[in-house]
Amino acid sequence: MTELTSLTIAEAREKLTAKEFTSVELTQAYLNAIEAANQVFNAYIAVTPEKALDMAKTSDKRRAGGAAGALEGIPLGIKDLFATHDVHTQACSHILDGFKPKYESTVTQNLWDDGAVMLGKLNMDEFAMGSSNETSHYGAVVNPWKAQGSNQQLVPGGSSGGSAAAVAAHLCAAATATDTGGSIRQPGAFTGTVGIKPTYGRCSRWGTVAFASSLDQAGPIARDVRDAAIMLKSMASVDAKDTTSVDLPVPDYEAALGQSLKGMRIGIPKEYRVDGMPDEIEKLWSQGIAWLKDAGAEIVDITLPHTKYALPAYYIVAPAEASSNLARYDGVRYGLRVDGKDIADMYEKTRAAGFGTEVKRRIMIGTYVLSAGYYDAYYLQAQKVRTLIKRDFELVFDAGVDAILTPATPSSAFGIADQDLAADPVKMYLNDIFTVTVNMAGLPGIAVPAGLDAKGLPLGLQLIGKPFEEETLFKTAYVIEQAAGRFTPSKWW
Amino acid sequence: MTLVDVRTPDPKRMIPGATGDWEVIIGMEVHAQVLSRSKLFSGASTEFGKPANSNVSLVDAAMPGMLPVINEECIKQAVRTGLGLKAQINKRSLFDRKNYFYPDLPQGYQISQFKDPIVGEGKIVISLGPDRQGHFEDFEIGIERLHLEQDAGKSMHDQHPTMSYVDLNRSGVALMEIVSKPDMRSSDEAKAYMTKLRSIVRYLGTCDGNMDEGSMRADVNVSVRRPGEGFGTRCEIKNVNSIRFIGLAIEYEARRQIAILEDGGSIDQETRLFDPGKGETRSMRSKEDAHDYRYFPDPDLLPLEFDDAFIDALRADLTELPDEKKARFVSELGLSVYDASVLVSEKAIADYFEAVAEGRDGKTAANWVINDLLGALNRLGKDIEETPVSPAQLGGIIDLIKAETISGKIAKDLFEIVLTEGGDPTEIVESRGMKQVTDTGAIEKAVDEIIAANPDQVAKVKAKPTLAGWFVGQVMKSTGGKANPQAVQALVKAKLGIEEE
Amino acid sequence: MSVDLATVKRVARLARIAVTEDEANRMVGELNGILGFVEQLSEVDVTGIEPMTSVTPMTMRKRRDEVTDGDKAADVVANAPVTDHDFFLVPKVVE
Ligand SMILES: [Mg+2]
Ligand SMILES: [Zn+2]
Repeated sequence: MTELTSLTIAEAREKLTAKEFTSVELTQAYLNAIEAANQVFNAYIAVTPEKALDMAKTSDKRRAGGAAGALEGIPLGIKDLFATHDVHTQACSHILDGFKPKYESTVTQNLWDDGAVMLGKLNMDEFAMGSSNETSHYGAVVNPWKAQGSNQQLVPGGSSGGSAAAVAAHLCAAATATDTGGSIRQPGAFTGTVGIKPTYGRCSRWGTVAFASSLDQAGPIARDVRDAAIMLKSMASVDAKDTTSVDLPVPDYEAALGQSLKGMRIGIPKEYRVDGMPDEIEKLWSQGIAWLKDAGAEIVDITLPHTKYALPAYYIVAPAEASSNLARYDGVRYGLRVDGKDIADMYEKTRAAGFGTEVKRRIMIGTYVLSAGYYDAYYLQAQKVRTLIKRDFELVFDAGVDAILTPATPSSAFGIADQDLAADPVKMYLNDIFTVTVNMAGLPGIAVPAGLDAKGLPLGLQLIGKPFEEETLFKTAYVIEQAAGRFTPSKWW
Repeated sequence: MTLVDVRTPDPKRMIPGATGDWEVIIGMEVHAQVLSRSKLFSGASTEFGKPANSNVSLVDAAMPGMLPVINEECIKQAVRTGLGLKAQINKRSLFDRKNYFYPDLPQGYQISQFKDPIVGEGKIVISLGPDRQGHFEDFEIGIERLHLEQDAGKSMHDQHPTMSYVDLNRSGVALMEIVSKPDMRSSDEAKAYMTKLRSIVRYLGTCDGNMDEGSMRADVNVSVRRPGEGFGTRCEIKNVNSIRFIGLAIEYEARRQIAILEDGGSIDQETRLFDPGKGETRSMRSKEDAHDYRYFPDPDLLPLEFDDAFIDALRADLTELPDEKKARFVSELGLSVYDASVLVSEKAIADYFEAVAEGRDGKTAANWVINDLLGALNRLGKDIEETPVSPAQLGGIIDLIKAETISGKIAKDLFEIVLTEGGDPTEIVESRGMKQVTDTGAIEKAVDEIIAANPDQVAKVKAKPTLAGWFVGQVMKSTGGKANPQAVQALVKAKLGIEEE
Repeated sequence: MSVDLATVKRVARLARIAVTEDEANRMVGELNGILGFVEQLSEVDVTGIEPMTSVTPMTMRKRRDEVTDGDKAADVVANAPVTDHDFFLVPKVVE
């Protein structure tokens, strides 16, 4: 018998239905794998074995009673950003020390309602601010991939680094993640996994710790396109508790896989051919174009003229919203409190001790751009530029383009504690150069592994779709996946 | 906003200083709690006086990941109030975050409306008077805007030597902030404005106007200047919670500023608190904590949009407001402006009056309501809502006079009985024998007896017929007031041989 | 536009984050680096362009005025560092 943890959700689903094994057995296999390997990767910051086995037992009973949900008995990892009832929920920040919410996020509740099992909470950049998972209060996550002939530890990307590493190392069947500027797609690309950021409004934000409210979206990181489709179907919903949740039924994304690309128009934006882009990325992109052409799609050159302004606009909008969203961490109602001589002193000491360097940096930037006299020059200007970025996409879609193909990241995974990146925050921010436009425009984007670079590290391609047309992304990504194959790190741990 | 001076300096409102007259300029920001069952952005109750943190949802406590969802009724209440203020209703408005740290502000920001409020410019007509000649002076006070926002929680500072206690029951309750233009020129005008605003929201049912419980409180902006000069530097007196205190705070603050200016000093723009115990205002926040609220549109909420049909439906259901009611009472019922003003001052009084006046003479009803009912309530220290005499009972008394079943004098006694003991006026009159005697035989007998017993008086009346009233009085007395006064008068005159003029 | 040490301290105060002299000095460089990066936005012509207020073209969902929540003071204060009788306690606030 193959190792249970090597099965995709779709495979496990089939075998659970055929009663080849139970959810308890599958869950135990994952718990064993976590036990054996988590200290290597630091992917989980809280494992919940008792809860997992309880949920698995209940799931097996449900299945025996003939009431199996779409994710019945499937063990999942949950990013620490999602509130889970009475379970560690800290956004990997010191400031939420000991926080165990008395509520469950809509996204995770949807998963449990469909029969899924929770293995524990996954590491991430603090408050989802980062592109390497190095800003976590719980330390860096190690990428299961290593460059050929190198022993250097690599980052899994961020902010959903724990999710991506856990999925790639088979420490969960799939994981929840969130994406504010690329936090699902970039770690997906760095770990050879599939990550989709759905359209803004597709997954409820209720119960997910906010980073930048107008950009945050939950989505899955999974081993392949089919699993991502299965996961998103369960995560997405219409939620009366989130005013920005869209009132549209959730389609059966899996049904889109295998559909023909004939007659589809795929746009190739010239602005994504950035200066200094590695040849390998260039080659990967051309390869992707060729695959889609072979599958019957028409390739058209398009222009998205405001692309270069997306990242700077993002670094105004996201910190501004974050500075306000993170004001609630004040030591009064939950989390860390550092005593002070008066209330203001208590606030200042608590927040100084509770937030890490990157989070403070972004709060500072956000506070500054919103402050008197600077609002118009920064925030207002950025929101106007955002309108233009969105318009770029609308024009392209109106002209008949169905989806856009771009690289997912400007490079493969880099080393942990990279001195160059540590010295210059802006350099680190450039990781999100291809992904951030999608958040700024509220569009869906999927990252799908498309090959390995010369060092043997995975690289991904990104597909960008029209609002609420995730099905188009799944069917197109599936074509790339069929052509490129799947990528699993060789087990060194 | 640009401040526009709409008033001409009026010497009778000026405050004399040591070096000449001063004009006081007043604008008000009134926070009125919206009448709704649940909060602006959460399903927790708005009920007053509950145990700590029991009317609190996880949204109100700003738990991580919680999101606001707006209460439709609060939007309607704001629009109704806007219509009552004859104001511009904005079909698209935005919610902004006002960022600052305070322990009773759990989110670290207040959701409010900054650039694009739900209601724009409007007006309130206030009435000062009556003066000695019985004249009222009516004028308009401009409304700058009305916006919706969240209330904060409450801190208690007297429970513990080193700690404050925070209760979030009020956190997230919907408030309407109603901002006036700087159009008021005396404390009396400010009090009249607040009184009128309170009356309007109570008529509309959009705020209970209960100032004791903090349902309405005013931030009063006060500045002074020499007549004819531009606006001076203003001070904002925060959270004044009674109409009387508004008057006292303005009087104190205006004189404080005048004294500083007359001494050659200048006014610091600052926030002050009114101390009712001392009758003074004092500086509230230090300057180093200068506020920078970093307003920006709340990304958790979409723009608030509605169409004309939404507004029209609310307009169609709008209750008649005090100004219109007053005009109708004067023109249709023939009441004096004074009486009409008294009757419309509170919706409950106007409703009471209208129930009594229904199918009866308006002036008679007005006299009874104003002089007898309100007088009695005032004596008893009761509100109109607690009246022991119902409109049906008072109406019954008036009907008995009209039918000449009782005299006006007996009616006053009857009113007292109904007031203290209750009961149906007709039955009381019946059972206690208070009916007016119209039987001429019985009255004639009484007249004869009085005439026979008082020969001296008879002689005097012959000489001076105007003294006939004495006989009428005696007869009324001997019949216990029940005789029909007209019948008595006629008989007395006939028996004494006095000619009818 | 660039920030100096005093501005960094003022912003840190607004954000209620205590900073040491060293941290503040380091932040001057970092913030100026980021502000320098975002500066390029000023070259975009935004004449007549509305700022984005919501990325989703939809009307705001509204609630009916019903009491559906509350009566869970224990949950509300469950995670609080200091409480007494369901109140949150903070260092004394003086106005
Ligand atoms: Mg105000
Ligand atoms: Zn206000």
